[in-house]
Amino acid sequence: MKINNKTMVTVAVGIGFAASMFACTPKKPSSAGGASVSKNAAEKVYVAPGKHDEFYSFLSGGFSGQLAVYGLPSGRLLRVIPVYSVNPENGYGFTEETKKMLNTSHGFVPWDDSHHPQLSLTDGKVDGRYVYINANNTPRIAKIDLKTFKTTEIIEIPNSGGNHGSPYLTENTEYLIASTRFSIPLPNKDVALDKMKEEVKGTISFIKFGKEEKMEVAFQLLVPGIDYDLASCGKGMSHGYCFLTSYNSEKASTLIEINASKNDKDLLAIVNWKKAEECVAAGKAKTVDGQHVHNELNEATHTATSTTIEKVKMLDIKDCDGVLYYAPVAKSPHGADVDPSGQYIIAGGKLAAQITAYDFNKIVKAIEDKKFSGDYDGVKVLDYESVLAGEVKKPCLGPLHTEFDGKGNAYTSCFVSSEVVKWKLGTWEVVDRIPTYYSLGHIMIPGSGSKQPWGKYLLAMNKITKDRYLPVGPELPQSAQLIDISGDKMEMLLDFPTVGEPHYAVGFEASLIKDKVKKIYTLEDNKHPFVARGEKEARVVREGNVVHVYGTAIRSHFMPDNIEGIKVGDTVYFHVTNLEQDWDIAHGFSIIGANTSELLLMPGETSTFKWTPSKPGIYPFYCTDFCSALHQEMQGYIRVSAPGSSTPLKFNQGK
Amino acid sequence: MNKKIIRILLLVSLIFLASTLILPLWDIAIFAPQYPEGLNLQIWLNKISGDLNNINILNHYVGMKAITPSDIPELVYFPKLIAGILVVGAVALAWPHLVSIGLYFLSFAAFSLFALYDFWKWEYDYGHNLSPDAPIKVPGMSYQPPLFGSETLLNISIYSYPAIGGWLMMVSFLAVLYVLYLRAKELWG
Ligand SMILES: [Cu+2]
Repeated sequence: MKINNKTMVTVAVGIGFAASMFACTPKKPSSAGGASVSKNAAEKVYVAPGKHDEFYSFLSGGFSGQLAVYGLPSGRLLRVIPVYSVNPENGYGFTEETKKMLNTSHGFVPWDDSHHPQLSLTDGKVDGRYVYINANNTPRIAKIDLKTFKTTEIIEIPNSGGNHGSPYLTENTEYLIASTRFSIPLPNKDVALDKMKEEVKGTISFIKFGKEEKMEVAFQLLVPGIDYDLASCGKGMSHGYCFLTSYNSEKASTLIEINASKNDKDLLAIVNWKKAEECVAAGKAKTVDGQHVHNELNEATHTATSTTIEKVKMLDIKDCDGVLYYAPVAKSPHGADVDPSGQYIIAGGKLAAQITAYDFNKIVKAIEDKKFSGDYDGVKVLDYESVLAGEVKKPCLGPLHTEFDGKGNAYTSCFVSSEVVKWKLGTWEVVDRIPTYYSLGHIMIPGSGSKQPWGKYLLAMNKITKDRYLPVGPELPQSAQLIDISGDKMEMLLDFPTVGEPHYAVGFEASLIKDKVKKIYTLEDNKHPFVARGEKEARVVREGNVVHVYGTAIRSHFMPDNIEGIKVGDTVYFHVTNLEQDWDIAHGFSIIGANTSELLLMPGETSTFKWTPSKPGIYPFYCTDFCSALHQEMQGYIRVSAPGSSTPLKFNQGK
Repeated sequence: MNKKIIRILLLVSLIFLASTLILPLWDIAIFAPQYPEGLNLQIWLNKISGDLNNINILNHYVGMKAITPSDIPELVYFPKLIAGILVVGAVALAWPHLVSIGLYFLSFAAFSLFALYDFWKWEYDYGHNLSPDAPIKVPGMSYQPPLFGSETLLNISIYSYPAIGGWLMMVSFLAVLYVLYLRAKELWG
């Protein structure tokens, strides 16, 4: 989601939505507390020291480019997983091993805007293998392995102008789909901006798992050049289809907030991906230019590799009958969400104060009966009434995104009126509402995107916190709020500040994976080319101007810890292996004046630090992670001599 | 009737004793505040398994020698001694005379006594012969783990008990002892 928050508020006030229209929404100015919090709320979120949370939740870091792991119901931050942004805390993107993870066809891109985590599914249920997340800015999808909580794969999406509607999964993780947010000329070229309308195209990419669960761009659909937004793929009866909202059917390229808000209805894209698969198999796709980079972290070598792929398969929807239909959708929609049964597809119109539920059976029937109300860029638009299951009338202001509790209820976040509304699938009536603080975007119910949600909690992710916390300068945290949805009335339990922008989240019951998480890397399995599996293998090797240090770290010393014979002009690679084979015993490494970050080494892991000393002298290095009682003593020295000096290469320890 | 019981008991004793070739004999468990899940060592006739590495890392702080299985000759010749005792036992099974049973019992008992003494001596050596260069020195402190039972050393609780192989060996020993008693009673009434 990428609306300018303040602008939205202004628009809402400017067009004069009267708060009284929604009289049941309390609109009192919030002092501390705001929503009445019941007396036992603290008890419900209290997780005693040493006890574990019931749920894992993964909140995107938005403009931090990362993914944060929180325990629920406590809201405790457990870890920030670096994905698209370099992370000096553990050297991600700084070490020689991980730099390649951030390679793209534009070179090294050490930042992105990570938006929509999604969980791998088996038979439509959360299986706890992987989390995927998109990079919105420079189009990419990352895979995070839930055994190590590490980013192990990143694939760039070619022929895409911004990867916002991504990565949405089919029910057996057959495909991850990704759509173009900004439509651009395809292939991209130099075009006068006022002539763009004729040239722009969009793509919907299908990324599948090849061998060994590696991601590859299987094919791309060439679609009309509108701005595609969030999506959901079908499950159960609707398996085989994906549903994407879009905006800017006007194809405006300037002052979009006005020029893309002219049409009364926007378009919901209905993609029959099984049909697309058939067409690709039948040879109807063309191989076109589509340079993109695929990065993988190998667990055995602890090292990333980066491969550039030049071509992709592109299927023009004109060459594949019945692969794409549109349906009218309320103005400026944000999310399309499929309910756990797979029957209903829900889309709210941000500017329409209306939520639409489409019936999958009616969609199929309308296509069969050719109930079209027109066409858009050669794509048939289904008749709205023919596919409509029901409308939730005047639910709130700015309905954005809907999640499900698996008990027949839907919950929609409302950005403008800052609230969550609960309504019933089938009767479409609002049964409850609760205010949030403030301007919430997405909401999350653990497992909501699957056939089996855990409908106990709802997490609201808010953009503005104003008076909610102690002020920390003009830049305030954003926040998440935990709401109990186990009873008839929603109940506010907790709010907690978050890393970056908590754009969207996914979650699941912790018991699904907590006993499977990896504790150490086995030293014998470490296949890093510069590993030293024991202190006896530690050594320093010179190759011309390049020096490789095969170093080791163990409580509480490095081997070697005295190195001489390094000269200014040398490039020194410190390949440090943590020899520990004990859970939670990490070591760190850094040198004075180093131009990268530290290394942070998990047990059995090897990581490489590139160092180019610029002046002669003695350079201390030390362990940066408090590892033991003698951590402070875990240090060593390197002697750097002037260029051309004859200091012999020497290394030792304990002499 | 007695003869049948003696044969069965001898057979059980042999099988249980032979099982020590493939089962751990002794368990040492270590708990400390930072090791709530515990560290474990299993001592087998021919190897030492478990968290040896981590125990060695911890022990180096107080100057204890690293436990290096390849430097422990017992791990090579103990299985051979057991094999020898099994041969004597097999003879006793085939020819359950007081002499053969007595020999089996005596070799078994001698081995057990020696093994316990030897184990204790290794423990004594690890606990007392500390490196003068140890980073942590506690005056007057030794770190000998208990032979049997539990003990607390600094912030570490150590538990030392027979493992499955050790218990089976004890049962095996008691079986021989009982057979010996039966035979002796038969002869001298
Ligand atoms: Cu350290």
